[in-house]
Amino acid sequence: MRMLVALLALALSAPVLAQSALPPAPYADRQIADPALEKKARALMETIRCLTCQSQSIADSNASMAGDMRSQIRERIMAGEEPEHIRAWLIERYGDWVSYEPTAEPILWPLWAAPLILLGLGLLLLRGRIKRRRRA
Amino acid sequence: MRKMLIWLPLALFLGFFGLFASGLLRPDDRIISSKLVGKPLPAFALPAAASDRPPLASSQLATGKPRLLNIFASWCVPCAAEAPQLLALKQAGVEIDAIAIRDARPDVDAFLQRYGNPYSRIGLDARSEVQIAMGSSGVPESFIIDGKGRIAYQHVGDIREDDVPMILDRLRKAQ
Repeated sequence: MRMLVALLALALSAPVLAQSALPPAPYADRQIADPALEKKARALMETIRCLTCQSQSIADSNASMAGDMRSQIRERIMAGEEPEHIRAWLIERYGDWVSYEPTAEPILWPLWAAPLILLGLGLLLLRGRIKRRRRA
Repeated sequence: MRKMLIWLPLALFLGFFGLFASGLLRPDDRIISSKLVGKPLPAFALPAAASDRPPLASSQLATGKPRLLNIFASWCVPCAAEAPQLLALKQAGVEIDAIAIRDARPDVDAFLQRYGNPYSRIGLDARSEVQIAMGSSGVPESFIIDGKGRIAYQHVGDIREDDVPMILDRLRKAQ
């Protein structure tokens, strides 16, 4: 029985080999001492897509590359860099894809305009209804 | 005019339906290509990753001759599968430099001992900093750097046997 458990544990540990054995970068899982800066970094990390597991943010991912990115973001925020500057730097390398926050690119203009257009249509409908009711 | 307007919701619905269907039916593409292709290689200077190879700096990659920059790691399985192709490229006269990602010198040494060493210089990128600066998202990846130090091509994933002629061709064109 003990042998079986040991074998099972060994079999399960194989995927670990697929990642680096190196300890995580200094700020991968350590918060910045200043809570305001940590909040800033955290907000950014939640909107940066993990490159290894592509449907998670780097804040949620255990991939070693996500850890490296978290550490880099925290170190840069501590050095006084603005989150939007770091985002722009990443987009320059990986494209808009890397950011969960939509940009102001022309291709996204319909997205930004949609709420206004829908609101306008709703108001038009409402006005028509009110007019009709007054007449009745 | 009014009569036309009545069809608007249906038209909108069909439009969105078509849009979503095309998105759903498109084959999944998980390859992340670097947006730095065609642009200069970011500047870096890395310490040596192996005992018998010199360290690597970006300035050494603009030598007037196109070269291959391979991103690998001793803990990466496809990198071992890629090794014979890199040795073949080396045999064909290609200069190959490398960046080892999140690695340790004894591990790199053991990896090279086991799978062969086609590299002229190997830099150690312990925190993936240079990798991220290059817009690379995993290991292995290979970049063709032209004579002026610009990224001419990015190959995501391991170089397979049938990729070798294509890589050689691209190296020739990157002159």
